[in-house]
Amino acid sequence: MLEFLSHISLSSLLQQILVGLSRTTILFIVASGLSLVLGVLRIPNLAHGSFYMIGAFLTYSVAAAVGGKAGFWVALAAAPLGVALISLVMERGLFCHLYDREHLMLLLFTFSFTLVFGDIVKIIWGSDFRSISTPAVFQGSLAVFGLPLPRYNVFLLVIGPLVALGLWVLTQKTKIGKIARAAAVDREMVGAVGINVSLVFSAVFVIGCFLAGLGGALVAPTQNITQGMDHSIIMEAFLIVIVGGLGNIWGALLGALIFGLTDAIGILLWPQFAIVFPYAVVVTILMIRPKGLLKSTW
Amino acid sequence: MPDIKFNVKRVLWLMGIGLLFLFLPRFLPRFYVYLTALILLTGLLATSLNLVLGFGGMYQFHHALFYGIGAYSLALMLTKSVLPAWTGFVVAPLVSAGMGYVIGLICVRLSKLYFGMLQISLGSLVWAIVFRWYSFTGGDDGIHGIPLPKMLSASHGAYYFTLVVTAISLFLMYRIVHSPFGRTFQAIRDNPERCEAIGIHVRQHQLAGEVIAGFFAGVAGTLFVTVEASVFPDLMFWTLSLEILIMCLLGGWFTFFGPMLGAAIMVTLRTFVGIYTEYWTLILGIVLMLLIFFMPDGVLGKILKSRAQATEARG
Repeated sequence: MLEFLSHISLSSLLQQILVGLSRTTILFIVASGLSLVLGVLRIPNLAHGSFYMIGAFLTYSVAAAVGGKAGFWVALAAAPLGVALISLVMERGLFCHLYDREHLMLLLFTFSFTLVFGDIVKIIWGSDFRSISTPAVFQGSLAVFGLPLPRYNVFLLVIGPLVALGLWVLTQKTKIGKIARAAAVDREMVGAVGINVSLVFSAVFVIGCFLAGLGGALVAPTQNITQGMDHSIIMEAFLIVIVGGLGNIWGALLGALIFGLTDAIGILLWPQFAIVFPYAVVVTILMIRPKGLLKSTW
Repeated sequence: MPDIKFNVKRVLWLMGIGLLFLFLPRFLPRFYVYLTALILLTGLLATSLNLVLGFGGMYQFHHALFYGIGAYSLALMLTKSVLPAWTGFVVAPLVSAGMGYVIGLICVRLSKLYFGMLQISLGSLVWAIVFRWYSFTGGDDGIHGIPLPKMLSASHGAYYFTLVVTAISLFLMYRIVHSPFGRTFQAIRDNPERCEAIGIHVRQHQLAGEVIAGFFAGVAGTLFVTVEASVFPDLMFWTLSLEILIMCLLGGWFTFFGPMLGAAIMVTLRTFVGIYTEYWTLILGIVLMLLIFFMPDGVLGKILKSRAQATEARG
């Protein structure tokens, strides 16, 4: 029965896991931003996927405009900041008036941004796909456990834990993180002791969207930058956040690992149905633990 | 039983609308007849969503799943089985209702956002399978040129079929909403804890609502196949589910006919705006934003509200 597994050698499995882990990094960065916004502001932000896409397109444009070796690095810094700026305008201009609405309205409101951003991207960048090459430093492969792994994937594997660490420090050790966590539990009480909750919410929203932009910038050299990448990532990010536990950063990491690895192993086992694997695993987990694996802030 | 008032004015209205739809193909060009059929079946889909959303207060985030299941069931039965065509039209909505039962069974343990997210993840799983199963569902291409019974492919056959089925479905749903079950359902929406306390089995009612909504969404799916003679995975993609939600919001989700109106507005707008610009979704997005800010009750909800206020003012 297991004959179809015979073509899978240990080394190809290991290689696939390593590739899956670098994919996990991107998923984690995007999902953690979504989780942050969901946990603190309670906004199920569907426009998060659009920010990811805008981040990728901005990376392409900035890298092309600056050019040369520095292009990618400038883009990597500039694109997430650009996305953060858009989100700041969005939050201050529109979202801050709607916090007391029910979730369904907020969800539809963020969906309206998905529609608008989708077309704006089409207007600015056209319908063709774009691609950028990995910077020269990252061309070629490194040997990891004796297996060749593209250097860029190694770079991603380093970035992921750094972002996780940064988020942990931000939420646990800084004042704004502590206020945000308090506001997630009891917003009115935090306001009552004289803290400007609205400003904290704004900051959290911008940081969350910055992470979406960062994810988009990081993914840009690894795949085609296309219309529609917003729709696929947002569903994955939502499932990751739900499986991990709403608002829990470590949950997002765990969820991203589950999603990234089942996806990678699925490609090895049954390529045609590879995209079914992560969904099936997520559904199974949710049937057993509907509120996610780790503790939710809700 | 609910008392449906048979006053003369209402009967005349209904007859007028009925006659209008009946003779529509006589004086409208073919394209508009097709468009009307599309509006009717989309309206039916939105009304079936509103059954659980507006009247049940359930966060039905992935309603398109049942629509797609209905459409695919019929398409597969017409192309792959030797059974007579009519069996497909009967079985397909039942398959959707069965899917509603299974998904409901898993999801009604939860409420609000968790309910919706679990439903979306289950729906995405089904979508992913349909999207990839080339040998059975046609994968991302879908199935096109589905052979329909002669009666339906004849001139305006699809239109009349859609009209009759939509009218019957709307009537049935109207009766359900105004039945004791429907009243209980609305009570659960307004206060689930209190309903639980007075001995109503909340989850059972929600499960039943899910099955009913799934069934009528499946009916809408079969009508889609009747009108378009093709199916594709986008029919059960989550973005379509959100578009149906928008229709309910647009028309007014605390009214029975609001979703139908919302669907009519959206299908018409999409068709005609689409002629002038390819950026239809941009316009839809802006309309949606304005709607949420200024008219959260929807068009019909707003009209009914201001009418109620006017009568109140008159005393």
